[in-house]
Amino acid sequence: MSKGLPETRTDAAMSELVPEPRPKPAVPMKPVSINPNLLGYIGIDTIIEQMRKKTMKTGFDFNIMVVGQSGLGKSTLVNTLFKSQVSRKASSWNREEKIPKTVEIKAIGHVIEEGGVKMKLTVIDTPGFGDQINNENCWEPIEKYINEQYEKFLKEEVNIARKKRIPDTRVHCCLYFISPTGHSLRPLDLEFMKHLSKVVNIIPVIAKADTMTLEEKSEFKQRVRKELEVNGIEFYPQKEFDEDLEDKTENDKIRQESMPFAVVGSDKEYQVNGKRVLGRKTPWGIIEVENLNHCEFALLRDFVIRTHLQDLKEVTHNIHYETYRAKRLNDNGGLPPGEGLLGIVLPPVPATPCPTAE
Amino acid sequence: MDKEYVGFAALPNQLHRKSVKKGFDFTLMVAGESGLGKSTLINSLFLTNLYEDRQVPEARARLTQTLTIERRGVEIEEGGVKVKLTLVDTPGFGDSVDCSGCWLPVVRFIEEQFEQYLRDESGLNRKNIQDSRVHCCLYFISPFGRGLRPLDVAFLRAVHEKVNIIPVIGKADALMPKETQALKQKIREQLQEEEINIYQFPDCDSDEDEDFKRQDAEMKESIPFAVVGSCEVVRDGGTRPVRGRCYSWGTVEVENPHHCDFLNLRRMLVQTHLQDLKEVTHDLLYEGYRARCLQSLARPGARDRASRSKLSRQSATEIPLPMLPLADTEKLIREKDEELRRMQEMLEKMQAQMQQNQAQGEQSDAL
Repeated sequence: MSKGLPETRTDAAMSELVPEPRPKPAVPMKPVSINPNLLGYIGIDTIIEQMRKKTMKTGFDFNIMVVGQSGLGKSTLVNTLFKSQVSRKASSWNREEKIPKTVEIKAIGHVIEEGGVKMKLTVIDTPGFGDQINNENCWEPIEKYINEQYEKFLKEEVNIARKKRIPDTRVHCCLYFISPTGHSLRPLDLEFMKHLSKVVNIIPVIAKADTMTLEEKSEFKQRVRKELEVNGIEFYPQKEFDEDLEDKTENDKIRQESMPFAVVGSDKEYQVNGKRVLGRKTPWGIIEVENLNHCEFALLRDFVIRTHLQDLKEVTHNIHYETYRAKRLNDNGGLPPGEGLLGIVLPPVPATPCPTAE
Repeated sequence: MDKEYVGFAALPNQLHRKSVKKGFDFTLMVAGESGLGKSTLINSLFLTNLYEDRQVPEARARLTQTLTIERRGVEIEEGGVKVKLTLVDTPGFGDSVDCSGCWLPVVRFIEEQFEQYLRDESGLNRKNIQDSRVHCCLYFISPFGRGLRPLDVAFLRAVHEKVNIIPVIGKADALMPKETQALKQKIREQLQEEEINIYQFPDCDSDEDEDFKRQDAEMKESIPFAVVGSCEVVRDGGTRPVRGRCYSWGTVEVENPHHCDFLNLRRMLVQTHLQDLKEVTHDLLYEGYRARCLQSLARPGARDRASRSKLSRQSATEIPLPMLPLADTEKLIREKDEELRRMQEMLEKMQAQMQQNQAQGEQSDAL
């Protein structure tokens, strides 16, 4: 699935260096009179190549968080997504680790390289979520961590002598794992997503989907979508951030038909029809992870990595982070200058609310 | 000289005929968090559609739902034998964000059945005692976890000495064979660690043939049973119709022993051990409850060892003989008297303690 208008994306690719305001929704422009007597080729279109070179040199950051009850295959799925052992735990099934009593946040970074492009991938795991008898407020440590990363970035940004490239530890994407009960969402799922969908991009996935037949899968997905809608939970890609009609149609299709993606993960290979494939071997057949007839892993991978990776970062930066920033600076504006979060003299914050925060 | 034939070898036949006439009562409880295939499995086991009109409430409604106990009855007849099967369901178990104490209504329910039976047994008219005691509890463990979860452990510890527990792994088609083995092993280890007593299938007699003994041993090895349920008939690769689940990569056959332990469970639960489950419920679990109850009446404040020690088949005979049954009202009066006496004793003890403290205080003041 290729994006139709690369131009509207590449200027945001440089946002690693200088955060730019979100490009305005494309309005059909008045046709600029093209000089029919153009004397030659100018070379404006080489900007894409220049940007590509820059990105390759600098590389980029991507931070993905996984949340869900233990045993839903979170680590395996992330390893499958990035085709390497990027998740904290070893791949053996029989892990002896104890379930922690409170939710812990464990972030592991790896550098992955492909086609000359370097990505610094950080996988943030949340062991202990939803595993206790009493799971009240077990999302709080997660919310706290996310806000702490926004705070870190804000502090760097507000510095007088700030770094050329601010290290970005903000969570760009949160994969929320839904247990494949076949009935509906659980109360904990609702509570988590209600609290965090305003703070981070949540992508719900149905874990271990190889226990559902095609019918059960589609019924379950419909019910989950409906429940999320009824409860006012907006998962990524959020409707309100669709830039133009093209975005909207593409994302509508994903929102209303494909999501939540029903996935199966695996780090073992088997021989199927002469090919080595990632899958799970059972006495009644081999489940191929990348076969779209078996599960939607390939859709999730394409969505997160191949088409919406940059958009995930943009929405995090331009929307979620800006919301946090506006709130922080507004709060600080209530205090006299010189006091507050940074101890430096800030000019009094203007009374008009930040337009990007709306 | 010819041995004389007395004729009591026909006794088993007589018993058989009587019980066929009388019919058979069985109460089965099914517990575990929602979405583990419990209803489907029950329908598969008994080939009925007990859960036809079930409505599973959506998540928002379940936010504030408390655990309820539901009972469904069905009469099944097979080969002239009538079984009155009562299913006890526990919707809402393990659903809420905060599940603390969600097993208490279940414990209370089981004990209430014991109480009812005790009252009936001690009553004047004992001809038609309805046995509503829970004879067996199928506890469903999630195949997605890494063994027993804290909630599983809490529930099992609360009920293991009050009901026969058969642990079952639901939706076992989520697991590859190695994973199933590892999970079963982990669960067995955890059960031992947490000292949870599950139902022990009795050893087969020594005069059974080798085949039977081997089968029996295999069945015991496969506990907890990893099951898949289905009431749909599908065609496996186009040959014979089987009950199963059709996936794009193959079909799981419910009754195929290489696919899951459904046959084992059905054999052990329905075909061979229904009677034993009832007997253990009556001889061991109910007796334990009854002894605890009556002892706490007879010796108030005394902690009887019978209720604390692990119940085993041997210890059942060590429980002291129960007192003679009394008529209802007399029993009530006695109960109240005992309570009053207990409270008086406690008051006296507290007074003595206070006096002692005072005396000590005065002593230390004087020093």
